[in-house]
Amino acid sequence: MKNLIRTAAFLKPYAWQVTATLVMLLTLTGLNLLVPRIIQNVIDDGLLRGDMTHLIRSALLLLGLGLGSALLGMGNRYGSEWIAAHVGYDLRNRMYDHIQYLPFSYHDHAQSGQLISRCIEDVRAIERFAGSSIPELVRFVLLTVGILAVMVSANATLAVISLLPMVPLILMTASFGTKIGKLFFAVDMAVGEVSNRLQENVTGVQVVRAFAREEYETRRFETANKDVFVKWLHVIDEWAKIMPTTNWLITIGTILILYFGGQMVIEGTLTIGAVVAFNAYLLMMAEPAQALTGLVNAGGEAAAGAQRVFEVLDTVPDIRSRKDALTLSALRGEVEFRNVSLKYQDEKVSSLSDATLQVHPNQIVALIGPTGSGKTSLINLIPRFYDVTDGAVLIDGHDVRDVELTSLRRQIGIVLQTSLLFSDTIKANIAYGRPDATDEEVFAAAKAAQAHEFIESFTKGYETIVGERGVTLSGGQRQRVAIARALLMDPRILILDDSLSSVDTQTEKLIQSALDVLMEGRTTFVIAHRLSTVRRADVILVMDKGRIVEQGTHDELLARGGLYKEIHDLQLMQRDGFEEAILEPILTEKPQHENTIIAGRSNSG
Amino acid sequence: MTTKIIPPTFITQSEEQLDKGYDPKVAQGLMEFVKPYYGQMLFALALMVVVTAASVSGPYFVKLAIDEGINANDPIALSTIVLVYLLVSIAQLGFNYWRVRIMSRVGQHVLYDVRTTMFAHLQRLSLSFYNRYSVGRVITRVINDVGTLREFITWAVLAIVRNLLGIIGTLIAMIALNFKLSLLTFAVLPLMVFATIAFRKAARKNYRKVRAAVSWANSVLAENVNGVRVVQAFSRQQRNHQTFSGYVNRYFLETSLDAARVASLFTPVIDVLGALATALVVYIGGTAVLGESITAGVLIAFVLYIDRFFEPIRDLSRRFDTLQSTMAGGERILELLKTPIEVRDEENAKEMESITGAVRFEHVSFHYSDDPALVLDQIDLDVKPGETVALVGETGAGKTTIVKLLARFHDPTGGCVLVDGVDLRTVTQQSLRRQMGMVLQDPFLFNGTVRENILFGRLDAKDEEVIAAAKAVGAHDFIVNLKNGYETSVEEGGVTLSVGQRQLISFARALLANPRILILDEATSSVDTQTEHIIQSALATLLKGRTSFVIAHRLSTITNADKIVVIDGGRITEQGRHADLLEMKGRYYELYKTGFQE
Repeated sequence: MKNLIRTAAFLKPYAWQVTATLVMLLTLTGLNLLVPRIIQNVIDDGLLRGDMTHLIRSALLLLGLGLGSALLGMGNRYGSEWIAAHVGYDLRNRMYDHIQYLPFSYHDHAQSGQLISRCIEDVRAIERFAGSSIPELVRFVLLTVGILAVMVSANATLAVISLLPMVPLILMTASFGTKIGKLFFAVDMAVGEVSNRLQENVTGVQVVRAFAREEYETRRFETANKDVFVKWLHVIDEWAKIMPTTNWLITIGTILILYFGGQMVIEGTLTIGAVVAFNAYLLMMAEPAQALTGLVNAGGEAAAGAQRVFEVLDTVPDIRSRKDALTLSALRGEVEFRNVSLKYQDEKVSSLSDATLQVHPNQIVALIGPTGSGKTSLINLIPRFYDVTDGAVLIDGHDVRDVELTSLRRQIGIVLQTSLLFSDTIKANIAYGRPDATDEEVFAAAKAAQAHEFIESFTKGYETIVGERGVTLSGGQRQRVAIARALLMDPRILILDDSLSSVDTQTEKLIQSALDVLMEGRTTFVIAHRLSTVRRADVILVMDKGRIVEQGTHDELLARGGLYKEIHDLQLMQRDGFEEAILEPILTEKPQHENTIIAGRSNSG
Repeated sequence: MTTKIIPPTFITQSEEQLDKGYDPKVAQGLMEFVKPYYGQMLFALALMVVVTAASVSGPYFVKLAIDEGINANDPIALSTIVLVYLLVSIAQLGFNYWRVRIMSRVGQHVLYDVRTTMFAHLQRLSLSFYNRYSVGRVITRVINDVGTLREFITWAVLAIVRNLLGIIGTLIAMIALNFKLSLLTFAVLPLMVFATIAFRKAARKNYRKVRAAVSWANSVLAENVNGVRVVQAFSRQQRNHQTFSGYVNRYFLETSLDAARVASLFTPVIDVLGALATALVVYIGGTAVLGESITAGVLIAFVLYIDRFFEPIRDLSRRFDTLQSTMAGGERILELLKTPIEVRDEENAKEMESITGAVRFEHVSFHYSDDPALVLDQIDLDVKPGETVALVGETGAGKTTIVKLLARFHDPTGGCVLVDGVDLRTVTQQSLRRQMGMVLQDPFLFNGTVRENILFGRLDAKDEEVIAAAKAVGAHDFIVNLKNGYETSVEEGGVTLSVGQRQLISFARALLANPRILILDEATSSVDTQTEHIIQSALATLLKGRTSFVIAHRLSTITNADKIVVIDGGRITEQGRHADLLEMKGRYYELYKTGFQE
């Protein structure tokens, strides 16, 4: 509820539209209240007294009122929807922009599907509530007040009697609203379980078939399916109770009016027209009263939606440029880590402890170590994807927290472990970081990334749409487009996060040569699993359990006889037979193959 | 303000496909599911007739009360009429409750049946179906499309019957009450029908656009939320925001406004028509009352009937819309159910007897049903029980297809696959696969505990056997170090475990199944050196003593194989042992040179 009131703040820019809509609603309700009155006059003055002109006047009046309320109804409805659509538009923009700026640490824990449904479904629930539920609610309140006033002024006793059934009706509706919410929630959970069962079954279809487990799976599915059935029945039983009952209560109102009103007419204290008018008022109220159920539902949905929306909007993006942040000009490419520690939220152990590192411009830094040793954590600190828990990361001597983020990130090129491309042309994907790049620049980047050839082989070349709805690229092709994308940024600092772990050997070779070009003349951090790359690095960081355990060149580290030598020897041992049989002759034949032959995989990020 | 923004064609196209008109074939197909419940539905229909009659009688009781009771100054008649009205309304309440309960239960039963039928069908569809159908699409079929089916059954079909009954009942009552006044009311009807149809047409076009806007916004959001790290890495936030607020979200706003404009027209127009009818009845009827050809009660009842007459017509047009929108969903459900099952057990299929493990491929060729290009071409292969076969070759050479034919995920289009001399097509799939094991490249773990995942290999295995299997593949050590040991739950997709650990669990699962024939698709993704060591020795344990087909990437696996089969372009180009193949200096030698992964 609190959150729903907060959404009211989004109405502020539309104050006069809101006012106009309300005025129309108010007038409309007033006109509606006149109709039964006219019918009453028709009966009492026209019919019973035989006044013909009165009849004509009333008929015309009815028609006029119909037209008038139609116009107002139109205006009111459109006004409400207009306001709702604009509030929705504003909210979605706010949400989208906010999500874009939320830091990695937030997205690590957030489920993307949920975020999307917050932007669309939840905002729509709020929209619906604002666009139709609130006007209906206001109308109901206005009508109730108006009808009560009219009825009581006409005959207080009959008013009380005839409105008696409305009390249980409203109470029932209200309790139904609260109950049904829980029941629907249970249905949703059950459907979610069916969907989970299904998802698993389909994702693991090969395993299911391979182990001949179809019957077992079907049994498990049926249990979940049955639960959906049962949970729906709970909902339906409530429905079956309330729907006929509300109808009945309204009929009871009519019966009461007929009986008591009729008595009064016979006694001469009331006219027939008044009885008919009372009945008309009752019916007029019945419809919005029944719609209350829907209102309670919509209100609940909107409140839940608003809560989820504000949960996102209230999350402060803790990684933002400071107000007085320094805008970086061209970087030299010096990177320094000063006693850096990093502990992710909700984790007990630090992912990085006391890392100290000094990298000079244009040096190549290779990071190796077992899974979870902190390699990715370390490189993520350079573009300030996370903030350090302790210590400082400095680029060209500036603490990354003191510089303007965009000016920093625009000079850093990143190729991630799995390269994500967007549903757009290949050209637009390569130009993602620099949409203003010329075609020549895009082609040059693609050529350097060894991607030009395969892109040209598509019928539409660079205009080929890729991504979910377009051409499916292989892992290696995607990776090369991603490299071209990073290359086009002409970054001073280049970060390669284990970008070769998911491609086959031939592709790996191609990409490797692309990377060699890319690394020239830039400070490069590479999470590597190839001894060739590692060997060539100016600095090798051996990481273990969040610490830099060894640091130095290949030869230095080998001489030291620590973890690096251990990994190195283990790899050598694994390819021993291989080398004896084949390495010698090939090396003499084609020495340039050395890189790929000594392909060794030490780790993955 | 006209809409100038045009969403991408894939969005508008898919929305057009969704917007099917009423299709009697689909409706018929869906009614098949309702058939078992015809008896109950008939009973509910009978109840509905009673309820409608009771409901229609309402205004007539009002007329009676006014004419016979109030105007006749007869309090006893008034009490009697009101009492009967009360009793009728109570009966109506009871019957109505009964009807709603029966019908909604039938509806839920049907939906349950549809879901079960779909799932059972999914269990029998060939794997090539799953190549075409993504997980998301399957879930959409079973969850969302069945959801629209719920609308079809519980709302559309039933409400249409109810409304029709309501219209007929009111019609009868009105004509019985006064024929002339009835005609007067019906005069407005053509206008009403015309307005409704015109509105529905406009509304449908608008709603289609709104739906397109929603799915456009959804897909743009999905991409950018999933790719938010790239967005931030490349500092694209501002530009993305411009695109979103200027195009995607703007289109959302404009289509919503268009829809609102049409929607806000409809109710008032209908109300005016209603007012017109009422005014006509009041004027003409009033004159008649004055001329004493009808009573005041009749006139009052008539005014009440007018409303009851128009309401079901309005509702009907709304329902028909729902009905149409369920057509697309219904069609997709039927389509899925009609997808033929490619690999079936033959009618006289035998149980596969205990396998010793001899495998023969005789002139095996294969192509997919929708593509005549041969994936496998004249494969001949003879494997003795207990041998390890390493399949090597480039991606797309046909290695995976060979093992899929062996597991009978597909049937060959030429030649035959024999196990122990028995053609696979003559035995039941279950009896064959129970004796086979498969370890996939991307080890798939189900939601559940580690123990349950290993147990999947053999459901009736004892705990000691599970632990023994885990120990044999070297997985026991890391499992006991997990938070809850074997009872640790593996989250969605097994995210909490490393790739290497997941592989070891899938090894244990296969070992527990103790298959006579093992199919293993070695993972290409890299694991750290220490884990790699464990995996290699686990492989040795797993392959020992059974016929194994390995799609091999590891050098050690290949060199240790009894038989290396080199596949190129769907053919076997070379086969033999490592040393012999190297000596040939052929394709294997080439592959070897460019480097198998270690």
